[in-house]
Amino acid sequence: MKPEAPSAKKIRVLIAKPGLDGHDRGAKVIASALRDRGFEVIYTGLHQTPEMIVEAAVQEDVDAIGLSILSGAHMALFPKVKRLLDEAGLSHVLLTGGGIIPAEDARALEAQGFAKLFGPGTSTSEVCEYIERAVRERSSAGSA
Amino acid sequence: MVERAEGDLLERFARGERTACARLITLAEARDPRFAALYDRLAARTGHAHRVGLTGPPGAGKSSVVDQLLRHWREADLGKIGVVAVDPSSPFSGGALLGDRVRMSSRLGDPQVFIRSMASRDAHGGLAHASVEACDVLDAWGAERVLLETVGVGQVEYEVSRVCDTTVVVLHPGSGDSVQAMKAGLLELAHVFAINKDDQPGGERLAADLEEMLELRSDLVRERALLGWKPPVLRVSAREGRGIDALANAIDAHRRELERQGAFAEVRRERRAAHVRALVEATLHARFFGSGRGAGELGEELERGLDAGEGPYALAARLCARISGEEQQR
Ligand code: B12
Ligand SMILES: Nc1nc2c(ncn2[C@@H]2O[C@H](COP(=O)(O)OP(=O)(O)OP(=O)(O)O)[C@@H](O)[C@H]2O)c(=O)[nH]1
Ligand SMILES: [Mg+2]
Repeated sequence: MKPEAPSAKKIRVLIAKPGLDGHDRGAKVIASALRDRGFEVIYTGLHQTPEMIVEAAVQEDVDAIGLSILSGAHMALFPKVKRLLDEAGLSHVLLTGGGIIPAEDARALEAQGFAKLFGPGTSTSEVCEYIERAVRERSSAGSA
Repeated sequence: MVERAEGDLLERFARGERTACARLITLAEARDPRFAALYDRLAARTGHAHRVGLTGPPGAGKSSVVDQLLRHWREADLGKIGVVAVDPSSPFSGGALLGDRVRMSSRLGDPQVFIRSMASRDAHGGLAHASVEACDVLDAWGAERVLLETVGVGQVEYEVSRVCDTTVVVLHPGSGDSVQAMKAGLLELAHVFAINKDDQPGGERLAADLEEMLELRSDLVRERALLGWKPPVLRVSAREGRGIDALANAIDAHRRELERQGAFAEVRRERRAAHVRALVEATLHARFFGSGRGAGELGEELERGLDAGEGPYALAARLCARISGEEQQR
């Protein structure tokens, strides 16, 4: 991905760590990789409630949210983020994430409207390319 | 990115919908052609908010101080507050990691607070090109106060003092560049000094040094737009929430003094003039040099001049002459 012309709309991504999970390496690795690929990344730090995450997404008008979780609490926290996001009128926002998420949980979440979820060992370029493609697809579908 | 009709957007904005507020700022940032007309319709509703700039070296605690000010003013129930926090864009990728929100979480969820992170993109001077417009959107949203945090580059950031009513310079003890930065000009632009991290040693010393410098340069202080305003030097600790009342009061006092001297309205007019000048500059730049190498009406000519080894001044003069020649023919 080439650096874009200054007039082009940058992709804005919120990277958030829900719950009491203190593992923040993955979130930071993904945030830095996205920055290095030309994304504008809003990082909110640790210990975010679903309410805080959705409120930040509203104010920042992001194109995508990436949740990072390794604590095992994803089935309690992720669906709540999705529900609040829909209630806030932000169903168009790409909702993705990663961390320690067993395959069957990932499938269940994807069925609830989550985009692809990424586990340990994922290459950062795969994540960047995926988010860019998915956001561009959504925006062209939205404005059509 | 689903766009609804612009009229709908303004309507939702007028109802106070936060998603509409956020989208207007996005359109400003993207230099969306639709923003110009929307902005002109909002402009009439701006000018009410007290615009407070916070600048100072990286890591001085600007975001943490903002967070404490939010808490102070919101606990006193003094109306809506908007925050625009600018962080640097990477000159290599064009991307940015915007981390100011990490320190601004104490009023998250408060419907009277709206915080927006912004990348500096291709702008210099510690702000982003859309910072002013974002502040205006928040002003029109009904904010009593709009706080603007600049990129902490540790250099002079005159830009912020031009676009704000009150400029707070945040310093912290132990940063070698603090005094350096003051020499470089922060002394002239500050209306209020906040010596943050006063829970650590060195605050007293830094405050004393600063007071002394201000005393020596009292001529500068006297020449400022606001007669008789002596920038207070306040020791605070954002971590412990200490000294924040005094800081908030000093900021509010500066606003009252501006109003008393009639400068509040005057500054607004000058600010709007500066905004128009900046718009003209940006439009001309885009037209003549576009966004990339060789782009715009003069981009190729520039490249040819460089290839031919023409001196920068001579080349600039020739390009300017071409512009004015073209303008005369119109
Ligand atoms: C390092 C580590 C720690 C460090 C964390 C340091 C830090 N600041 O991050 C320390 C030592 C502090 C720690 C503590 C604990 N840990 Co630990 N820790 C690990 C370990 C070994 C590696 C995690 C890591 O940093 N990986 C490197 C990063 C880069 O990878 P990643 O986070 O997986 O991210 C990648 C992908 O998942 C994905 N991704 C991640 N986030 C996102 C987000 C988006 C948007 C996208 C697109 C992709 C994406 O992309 C990344 C790049 O490939 C894992 C085991 C493991 N192999 O995963 C256990 C592990 C996560 N820890 C575990 C546990 C139990 C704990 C403790 C509770 C232990 C204890 N009893 O005290 C504490 C809890 C701490 C807390 N407050 O939350 C368990 C979790 C079990 C579970 N979920 O069921 C694990 C899985 C170990 C295990 N097998 O039991 N831990
Ligand atoms: N000891 C102490 N640390 C503080 C205080 N205020 C902020 N910090 C710490 O200083 C670091 C920087 O704080 P920020 O508020 O992010 O500073 P900033 O000036 O906004 O930084 P940039 O936006 O990156 O330039 C953080 O680690 C804070 O926790 C304080 O009053 N005392
Ligand atoms: Mg900051």
